Formats: sequence, C-alpha cells, structure tokens
Amino acid sequence: MNATVAMILALAVGTYLFRLAGPALHGRVELPARVQELLSAGAIVLLAALLATGALTESGGFAGWARPLGVLVGGGLAWRRAPFVVVVLGAAGTAAVLRAVGVA
Amino acid sequence: MPRPSTFTTPRDLIRDASLVWLASGIVGVSFGAIAVAGGLPVWVPVVMSLVVYAGSAQFSAVGVLLAGGGPIAAAATGLLLNTRTAAFSLAIADTLGPGRLTRLLGAHLVTDETVAFALAQADPVRRRRAFWVSGIGLFAVWNLGVLAGALAGGALGDTATYGLDAAFPAVLVALILPTLRADPRIRRCALLGAALALAVTPTVPAGVPVLLALAGLVLHGRKEASA
Repeated sequence: MNATVAMILALAVGTYLFRLAGPALHGRVELPARVQELLSAGAIVLLAALLATGALTESGGFAGWARPLGVLVGGGLAWRRAPFVVVVLGAAGTAAVLRAVGVA
Repeated sequence: MPRPSTFTTPRDLIRDASLVWLASGIVGVSFGAIAVAGGLPVWVPVVMSLVVYAGSAQFSAVGVLLAGGGPIAAAATGLLLNTRTAAFSLAIADTLGPGRLTRLLGAHLVTDETVAFALAQADPVRRRRAFWVSGIGLFAVWNLGVLAGALAGGALGDTATYGLDAAFPAVLVALILPTLRADPRIRRCALLGAALALAVTPTVPAGVPVLLALAGLVLHGRKEASA
C-alpha cells in the first residue's frame, strides 16, 4: 500500500506544480501581449482538441455512434444559440436514447 | 446580445454551472464505485480526488493500477494527462485574483471545465467570478460524489446509460463555440489542432493528442485581434 501512497503523492504534487505554473510566473515575468494572446488561443485549441477526442474516441479507438451523435445534436443546439442547459441535456439525452434503442 | 448562450448574471452562471456540477458529481460517484469495486480501499479514491483533483487522470491512474500496470505507470499516465493544466494555468493566471494565498488555492481549481467557464467571459471581473464559482462548486461535488460512490459501490450502474459521456464534450462545445464563432484565427487553429489530435489518438499514449493539438497555433497570424 506504500507504493499506492507514493503514486498518489507523485501524481498530486506533479499535477499541482503544472497548475502552479501560471500563478507562479504571474507578476514576476512580464509576458508580451503576443504571448498572452497565444496562450489564450492555445487554451481554446486545447479545449477544442479535448472536445473532439472526447466526443469521438475512447481508449484510443472509436467511441461508437451514440456519443458523437449526441455531441453533434448538442453542437447544433449551441449553434442555434440554445441555452446551455438545453445544449448539455440535448447531447446527453440523445446519446441515452440512442443507446436505449440499441445504437452503441 | 452577442452571446445569448453564456451567462451574463451571477444567477445565470450558477444555473449553468450547476448542470456541470451535477454531471461531475455523478461521474465522481462512478469513479469512487469503480475504484472500490476493483479492489482498492475506500480511502484511495477519496484521498486521490482531494489531492490530485483531476477526473481523467484519476480514472487513468486507477485503471492502470487495477489492470496491474503498477504505481509508476499509473502516476506517469496521470501526469501526462495533466500536463495540459500547465498551459491552462498560464492562460488564466491573471484571472485567479490578487494575493499569494488566492493564487495558491486557485491553482488547485484549474480544470478543463473551470477554464472553459472563465474563458467564456470577456470581462475580467466576470471571468474571475466564473472561475471561482464554478471551481469551488466543482471541487465540492466531485469529492462528495467520489466519497458517496466509494461507500455505496456500484449502485449507479454504467453512467453511459444516461449519456453522461456525451454531456462533457457538449459542455465544451457550449463554452467555446462563441469564441470560435467570433474569432476566425482561433477557429482555424482549433480546427487544425483538433484534427491533429484525432489523427494521432490511436497511436500515442493518452494525454499526448491534446498537447500535439497546440501545433494548430501555427495558423495564428500576427495581426492583432479586433477585440
């Protein structure tokens, strides 16, 4: 069990250090406006990649049809400027209904 | 109104965030239940959720442990998945607020969801509020959910039945679509980045695809944004 404790601690400390990168540098290093702009764009790019891989893949393979179709419905609702709640419930509801009728 | 799908008042923020809290709470319950059902003692998922506090990394680390991969592989997998939080924390460093303690505490709340909530706001005050409100709530429900799941076991069943796996990508769609719509430069970068991430997903370890997506930034021209 000591190995598990060490694993949790290593993961916790490492993750916290990643998270501290921004706040630790903030105020000490004056980032050029261009870098700041790229960081903001980079965060959106990361979120978009998470969204794409999260919608389409599972453990390195295709996630099946129900999930991406659900996300697609959510995306369509978001495009039509539907409220946040409608977007999220629309996506989850579509995936749930598709699975209930046998679509993986 | 340019962004009717994102919150403009504290009430709207709490309404939208509570949906993410609810979904995260249920995922937390399933994390606790999976870890305990796999043979780990109750304290492992509970302590891990408090100190690591990163859903995908926790699932992966526990998955590696339960598959017999060993603690070093488990920690490495989780850390690789969490490298993206360094980029997130740099992007929202000035959002956390003034004061050393605020920044030390806020750093722990940097997650995909809280960053997405914060970046959906253009105004710095609203951005800070969105980060802290969504972050504190998320931390509370995630850990309570994990505790409940670890104690209750597999009562919830497979959360895919409720389509929860589709809810999280949809949350990201709802939060980043206004930015993608308004800024063609970021849109180009995001499309290329997402395509790269998808292309390499079958062949590289988990966590690497989204990092490679940052290569999409090559399409970010030098011209100043109209904002």
